[in-house]
Amino acid sequence: MTELKQEMATTLPAKSGFTRFANPKNFSKLVNTLQPWITLLAFIFITIGVVWGLFFSPSDWQQGDSVRIMYVHVPFAMLASGGYFALAVCGLCSLIWRHPLADLAAAEIGPVGAAITALCLITGSIWGKPMWGTWWVWDARLTSVLVLFFLYLGHITLLRAFDEPQKGYRAAAILALVGTFDLPIIKFSVQWWNTLHQPSSFSLTHAPAIALPILWPLIFCTIGFALAFIAIVLIRLQAAILEHHIRHLFIVMEK
Amino acid sequence: MMKRKTKRLWIIVACMIGLGLALTLILSAFSSNLVYFKAPSQIINHPTDQNHIIRLGGMVINGSVRHSHQGQTPMIQFQVTDGQAAVEVHFTGVVPDLFREGQSVIAIGRMKSDNVFIANEILAKHDETYMPKDVADALKRSGKWDPRYGPPPDSARWNHMTKPEK
Repeated sequence: MTELKQEMATTLPAKSGFTRFANPKNFSKLVNTLQPWITLLAFIFITIGVVWGLFFSPSDWQQGDSVRIMYVHVPFAMLASGGYFALAVCGLCSLIWRHPLADLAAAEIGPVGAAITALCLITGSIWGKPMWGTWWVWDARLTSVLVLFFLYLGHITLLRAFDEPQKGYRAAAILALVGTFDLPIIKFSVQWWNTLHQPSSFSLTHAPAIALPILWPLIFCTIGFALAFIAIVLIRLQAAILEHHIRHLFIVMEK
Repeated sequence: MMKRKTKRLWIIVACMIGLGLALTLILSAFSSNLVYFKAPSQIINHPTDQNHIIRLGGMVINGSVRHSHQGQTPMIQFQVTDGQAAVEVHFTGVVPDLFREGQSVIAIGRMKSDNVFIANEILAKHDETYMPKDVADALKRSGKWDPRYGPPPDSARWNHMTKPEK
């Protein structure tokens, strides 16, 4: 067994610099050291953010305590778009450089992104009912996020739809790239068209339209959930790489 | 001879530019259909069929809200404006908690011939500003912002506005 492992390791060229981590084995090693720390930090940030947001931050002058759902809804919304962007970067690496790690990463980011997009839609709906007076409307912002959710589902399905995995990776990578056009539509939907959803509270040129005691827990929650997203993807990716290795070993042993 | 990787990169770039252009054209062509609501001035200037359900959006004019009852059912009459025109809205039912004078609302319903909008649903729209009650109270006390006349001022000016003048 160990001989086979060594044989496999030597087949992949060990390069210096950053490309070294493009080798799944080195990447695995890096993930093994980083992942527990990312998980711990995510746990700390989410705990601080959620406890601060739910119990210590002030309520909004007109929305009252309903505003507290923002502490989960906004991070989920940011991660839904951010996760899809990561999917597109993986798609690009897969199509141009044919990188195997990019394909594995795309396969693992997809379901996590879809779950967080679903959570974004659900928490938004729960927030919308008491504030707007409706669970759902077909305005540009809500619809474009729903489209993002379907893009995730399409990506998940397409990637696993072929007997030959490479074909699935290729098709899913193309879908991921095409789908990126939805990201600016989501971002600017509230500016380009009038919507029921309010515009963004953040902009590059203005101070955020959120009072600091409400903004701080939101920042903690956003960092925390982003780290948790990364940690979950890394754990899944690690498992996928191991699975890949095991399958390879079986093939080598059968020969 | 181009490297295969470089070639693939350019193919992707070309495809994305083409697709992006196509999508931009489609979105700009359908832009008028992608808006969720129409402003009072649009509805008055371009009247539509009375059977057509439209969504009217605007700010509730201060002092225009009148509550009444028809048996047990609450009724409400108010005017919404976009700053250029105002439309009278009649609604039977319970309005959302956020409904108030100075708030942006969306009324879904039909325009009657006498320029009265009969709504079957009222949605409250809120702005992107989040602030604690004490900040809102301080802003109100400063006399420079009254929620009955519109959304809160820019957050960068809050400190300046609430500073007691000596």
